[in-house]
Amino acid sequence: MKYLCLVYAEEEKLRLVDDRECVEGDSAMRASGHCLASEALQPVETATTVRIRQGRLSVTDGPFAETKEQLAGFYLIEARDLDEAIHLASKIPPARVGSIEVRPIRPIRETVAATAEAAAD
Amino acid sequence: MQTPPDPSLSAAVEAIYRADSRRVLATLIRLLGDFDLAEEALHDAFRAALEQWPSDGKPRNPVSWLVSTGRFKAIDRLRRRARYDLSDNFDHLRADEIEGAEIWEGNDLEDDRLRLIFTCCHPALSPDAQIALTLREMCGLTTEEIAAAFLSKPSALAQRIVRAKGKIRDARIPYRVPEGAELPDRLHAVLRVIYLVFNEGYSASSGSSITRGDLSAEAIRLGRLLAELLPDGESIGLLALMLLQDSRREARTSEEGEVVLLEDQDRTRWDRAQIDEGLILTERALRTGRIGSYALQAAIAAVHAEAANPEGTDWAQIVALYDVLLRLEPSPVVELNRAVAVAMRDGTEAGLRLVDDLVKREVLAEYPLLHAARAEFYRRMGQRAEARRSYERALSLSPAEPQRRFLSRRLEEIGAGFDEEA
Repeated sequence: MKYLCLVYAEEEKLRLVDDRECVEGDSAMRASGHCLASEALQPVETATTVRIRQGRLSVTDGPFAETKEQLAGFYLIEARDLDEAIHLASKIPPARVGSIEVRPIRPIRETVAATAEAAAD
Repeated sequence: MQTPPDPSLSAAVEAIYRADSRRVLATLIRLLGDFDLAEEALHDAFRAALEQWPSDGKPRNPVSWLVSTGRFKAIDRLRRRARYDLSDNFDHLRADEIEGAEIWEGNDLEDDRLRLIFTCCHPALSPDAQIALTLREMCGLTTEEIAAAFLSKPSALAQRIVRAKGKIRDARIPYRVPEGAELPDRLHAVLRVIYLVFNEGYSASSGSSITRGDLSAEAIRLGRLLAELLPDGESIGLLALMLLQDSRREARTSEEGEVVLLEDQDRTRWDRAQIDEGLILTERALRTGRIGSYALQAAIAAVHAEAANPEGTDWAQIVALYDVLLRLEPSPVVELNRAVAVAMRDGTEAGLRLVDDLVKREVLAEYPLLHAARAEFYRRMGQRAEARRSYERALSLSPAEPQRRFLSRRLEEIGAGFDEEA
């Protein structure tokens, strides 16, 4: 089962975490087959928000979240169940200075495909 | 092999429902991988028992009959659902999967009940949901009963349970007993839920009835199960603690429903059988060598239980146990309880000094029992004005009706007179 681990942290605190440590941990998680994809993000000041409203494109600077914790990166992981996902998330270094949100992946492609297949039967 | 038909079997089915329905449910959840499907299967299985046992006779092993029947009914239900709803291909696949899986897998039925309680008390569920799910699935209470016990709306509670089950399914919270390094924390979470249920039954946090015995009885039942299946120092300690506290149930309320303090209780009304069992279990918990906070609290309750009267209480022993408890788990509430014991050992002034220290540190300022303890100390010292002030403060913070009545009564006893200093 797939989970997305979203890394949230205050950007100053995140600087306390050594990049090398993150890359080492990530390599280990990839080597064991638990990490399917992962990236760190540029600071939130570089973010752009895109919306379509009444058919028109709207582009704005940032998300202006009130919270100091920002999305800083993500890991798409493969885990047996939530316990294993929690265990893997606890090894992500920024867990020490921020938080990791563990979200199960909704199998949207599989659901749509299965529905289409059943309807065709 | 079946016993001859017996027309009075519906009573037997009912008895088995009361005694074993949770066992059957726990195993069905493992087999079917879904709480709702397992609950439906459980009811289907009991319905089948009511229909078939009177003519076919009661099976030799009713629990395994119910499990296999429930499993069969669930497969049937999934296949029927797949036939009616063409968009749902999953039900069909799941039915095949369930049919192909081994029923017992060398698993002991008791393990399934442990799996169930660890899943209900998984830390990824909110604390409220953990309690509600445990009472619903492990104890078989209805949503209405749980809502009434926790003074919440049945609809809100039902929603909480639905959300929790949805998370178990969608986030795949596993159905397993944690192992190794994980176990102590997870066991602690389960014990905490059980003790919360016990306390909710033992002292209603609000409302007009001080004891809701049913909840305490359920908590003791769960505690017994855990102490039996995972005989850890803390699970045995919690069971001992609950039994020792529950032994005073009759004595802690007067016939008029008023609170009776420990020192004023008629000790002949304490439940001897519960005390005896509690004392043996406390010993056992302390002997495990890994002593935790429940075993220590049980030991403190045991010292009270062993005293024939308040004067005969070994207060030095109680203070010493609180010292160990504080080192293990520092908490202002434990400090307050220790202060009360110190007052008994060394005199009221010594206790008051410790409570005043808590007040100075601005902890527990909103905790009614701190002000009630302070009031009690002043009352014993004859300082009525101070006592009155503290009783009034406690009263302004105490939501539970019986406690309010107790505090009001104390205030009346002090009367409107002034003490010597005033």
